[in-house]
Amino acid sequence: MDDLLGDFVAETRETLEAMAGEIVAWEATPDDRSRLDTIFRFVHTVKGSCGFLNLPRLEALSHAAEDVLADVRADRRRPDARLVSAVLAMIDRIAEVTDAIETGKEISDADDHLLVAALQPGAAEVEAEPEVLATAETGATGVATAPRAVSRSIRLSADLLDRMMAGVSDMVLARNELARRLRDGGADSTTEVAFERLSSCIAEMRDAITRTRMARVENLFTALPRMVRDISAELGKQVQLEIDGGDVELDREMIEMIRDPLTHIVRNAIDHGIELPEQRVLVGKLAAGRLHVSARQVGNHILIEVIDDGRGIDAERLVQKAISAGILSHEQAAGLTWDRKLELIFEPGLSTAQQVTSISGRGVGMDVVRANVERIGGLVDIESRPGQGLRLTLRVPLTLTIIPALTISSGGQHFAIPRSAIDEIVRIGGDAVRMTKLGGAEIVFIRGTRLPVVSLCNVLGLSGDIEPANLVVLKLSGGARYALAVEAVHDHEELVVKPAAPVVMACGIYGGTTLPDNSRPMLLLDCAGVAEKAGISRDEKNVSEPVAEDESEGLQEAGAVPVLLFCDLDGIERGVPLALVERIEDCFASSISTTGGRMRLNIDGRLVPLISCGAAIGDLKVRVLRMHDGVEELAYAIDSVIDIVPVTIELQRSAVPGLVAGVMLVEDRPIEFIDAFWLFEQGLGAEQNRAELPMCRLSDNDPWTRQVLAPLVEGAGYRVVFSEDQPDAAADLVIISDGAAVRSVEGAAVVRLRPTAEDRGASPESLWRYDRAGLTAELRRHWNKRSA
Amino acid sequence: MMMQDLYLIVEIAGQRAVLPASFVESVVEIDEVAPVPCAPAHVFGLFALRSRVLTVIDTIAALGGDRSTAGEKQAVIVTFDGHLYGMLVDNVDDVVAIEGLPTRPRARLSPGWVRYSAGVLEHEGEPLLVIDIPAMIAGPLDLAA
Repeated sequence: MDDLLGDFVAETRETLEAMAGEIVAWEATPDDRSRLDTIFRFVHTVKGSCGFLNLPRLEALSHAAEDVLADVRADRRRPDARLVSAVLAMIDRIAEVTDAIETGKEISDADDHLLVAALQPGAAEVEAEPEVLATAETGATGVATAPRAVSRSIRLSADLLDRMMAGVSDMVLARNELARRLRDGGADSTTEVAFERLSSCIAEMRDAITRTRMARVENLFTALPRMVRDISAELGKQVQLEIDGGDVELDREMIEMIRDPLTHIVRNAIDHGIELPEQRVLVGKLAAGRLHVSARQVGNHILIEVIDDGRGIDAERLVQKAISAGILSHEQAAGLTWDRKLELIFEPGLSTAQQVTSISGRGVGMDVVRANVERIGGLVDIESRPGQGLRLTLRVPLTLTIIPALTISSGGQHFAIPRSAIDEIVRIGGDAVRMTKLGGAEIVFIRGTRLPVVSLCNVLGLSGDIEPANLVVLKLSGGARYALAVEAVHDHEELVVKPAAPVVMACGIYGGTTLPDNSRPMLLLDCAGVAEKAGISRDEKNVSEPVAEDESEGLQEAGAVPVLLFCDLDGIERGVPLALVERIEDCFASSISTTGGRMRLNIDGRLVPLISCGAAIGDLKVRVLRMHDGVEELAYAIDSVIDIVPVTIELQRSAVPGLVAGVMLVEDRPIEFIDAFWLFEQGLGAEQNRAELPMCRLSDNDPWTRQVLAPLVEGAGYRVVFSEDQPDAAADLVIISDGAAVRSVEGAAVVRLRPTAEDRGASPESLWRYDRAGLTAELRRHWNKRSA
Repeated sequence: MMMQDLYLIVEIAGQRAVLPASFVESVVEIDEVAPVPCAPAHVFGLFALRSRVLTVIDTIAALGGDRSTAGEKQAVIVTFDGHLYGMLVDNVDDVVAIEGLPTRPRARLSPGWVRYSAGVLEHEGEPLLVIDIPAMIAGPLDLAA
């Protein structure tokens, strides 16, 4: 019997035992709603588990009972004595079959249909029941008398385990004390050997006892792939399951408490969230729905997230349901916020499913989920984007965890860092490590990747006499990384971490406390908290990664967008909004081909337009920014990436369209911003044939006209000729200085410019020559006229 | 029936005061603590009481005085909200039973004591301030806010 099945049997049996009283009480008062709910949840859970354990018989039995109970809950049927007996008979049968699973005995299912029939309204008198049971007993080769197989697992109270844990920890400390005494007193070798043996026994025992309480979250996740597969197959849906963070260790007690809620949530996500493949394709999604289940530690919580990209929850429909179910009045509904409306999903007896399926959909589930999670001091957060998906977060308090950690020291004090957050450890002064300053901030290049440096000493406000010797590169949950400068790196240890007092947690940089063997408490650093305190933004992404949606939202609110700064081939520092950059890649110069005066880059067999600022591309390799406008892609050759910074773009705009849209100061350096519009226009060869551009004749021939006016006119999309050069050229527009004689050009409009700014209306016939807005508007008007 | 509760008489910053005995677990000697950088001033550090970690509260700093210096000290171990704390005290006197409920002090207390006293009790003619342990753990207002 595999573990899952064993768990199921143990759980079902345990619930049955716990429920025995409820069942009897329900029999006495069939109208008692809360007892009814308990029994209903039991059969619902059994049904659900059977679904993915492939126990069709139990599933059929529990489904039948559930149907009846659902009717009772919905007041469609009255729970009379006959119905109660029939349900109880059914529960007895479920118990028998469950036992049979464990013992491996067969129970005849010949009379199952009688049990099911007894549940139906107007069924024969329940006298059938004892008879049915009797048949079951005789036909079942004496199941009731067969001894249960002895299970190799027992259940203990958590209190007892806590006492064992405390006891063994005290033992470790006593051992340490003894070790000191022996060392000081100079014990003989036989004593030492004996002591060593004692030591290793204690160490082993501590490990074993600690493990009794802890389990990897993975235990919670192992059942998911099979369950997802079965449910999606049954519903004709395609689901791609991604699981993350299974190695977080969590209190066993917690894991057991989360198991059912998680099962319900995943089942709901597939049943109600993810659409059928056809529907998904219709709304432009991939046919296979995405289901992401992850666990991670944040501060003193473990977050378990279930994210699907299905249709989400329609809060308005929930409200309608709640109103028709009498849970909510119209007036109350009107005053609810979106979040409050969403929370209606947790009301008992409410479900948005249009159809009841065997998978879920009777409104149990979410209320049970919340009840279970809240019982262990957790929270359930719900976030729905209609049409786009649902994110459910179970926030479970971290009572105690074992975290593989690295111990480091700074300012003479030891700290622990969760190993899961550590990317790598480098020595300052090593070959691949180059420290430098950027606008007062320390940064480091590690094998070419730029990372911000945080001095732990400074963050903690400790005075460090010793220069930091190591950098611990930490990665944050968003993918951002930073380097933490510490004085020394000591050891990898598995530490038992407990939450610190609230007044300590309030510092925002600690994840808990731990007690190493030297019996001096040590603080576990919360890497995200340290980053925040040091002012490292989470958006400081590794440059090769696109910015996640969530991350950029915060920035855009402030008007700033992440901008990629790079050094161009001509040595000038330029910038481009990061959103346009898909990735940064090194390509061989040999994959560049030039056809028809345009460069193209061979990327995976496709020819992508390659643009550069004009400077020569290296012989061997070229670094390119791969950009994407949603439809077309192109590559832009650069020299090197400098940084990604959030910038509120306020450009000194160039008048002439071209590579550079404008210049602005970023961190006190002038940065030329690439005109992405122009870039794509170039890349796609969309530039209009010059011959088709409207012609503008400039009558004057002074330097101002040639140097100042001509670029502006060209920028507006004209070809420019000077009367001086081509006196007879045809033109669509003539610009002359005010007062000059007009040599009329057939079909051409005339714009007059005057050298002084006067009151508007003083010379309506002409424009001041520095009235950029007026001039541009006039140029555009004529351009449009010509093009139309 | 008269209200009669047990209190522990201690001396904090030269002031005799009482702690409700229901909070108090034991009294221990504390020597070396592990400091908590960035914590408010009244958090003296962490101390291991056998296998359990105490958060040691510097009562003098909480009252607005200077941070206590390192060295051996007495601390009253209290449990609050599932966490263990050690309240540094100058001296521990005795556990006494005091009748009646704490009354409002008639004298005007110093700002530090106003925040941490839950009233006054009289014991053998001597008025004693009742220390509000949760408030003391939370520390001065400006930091708690």
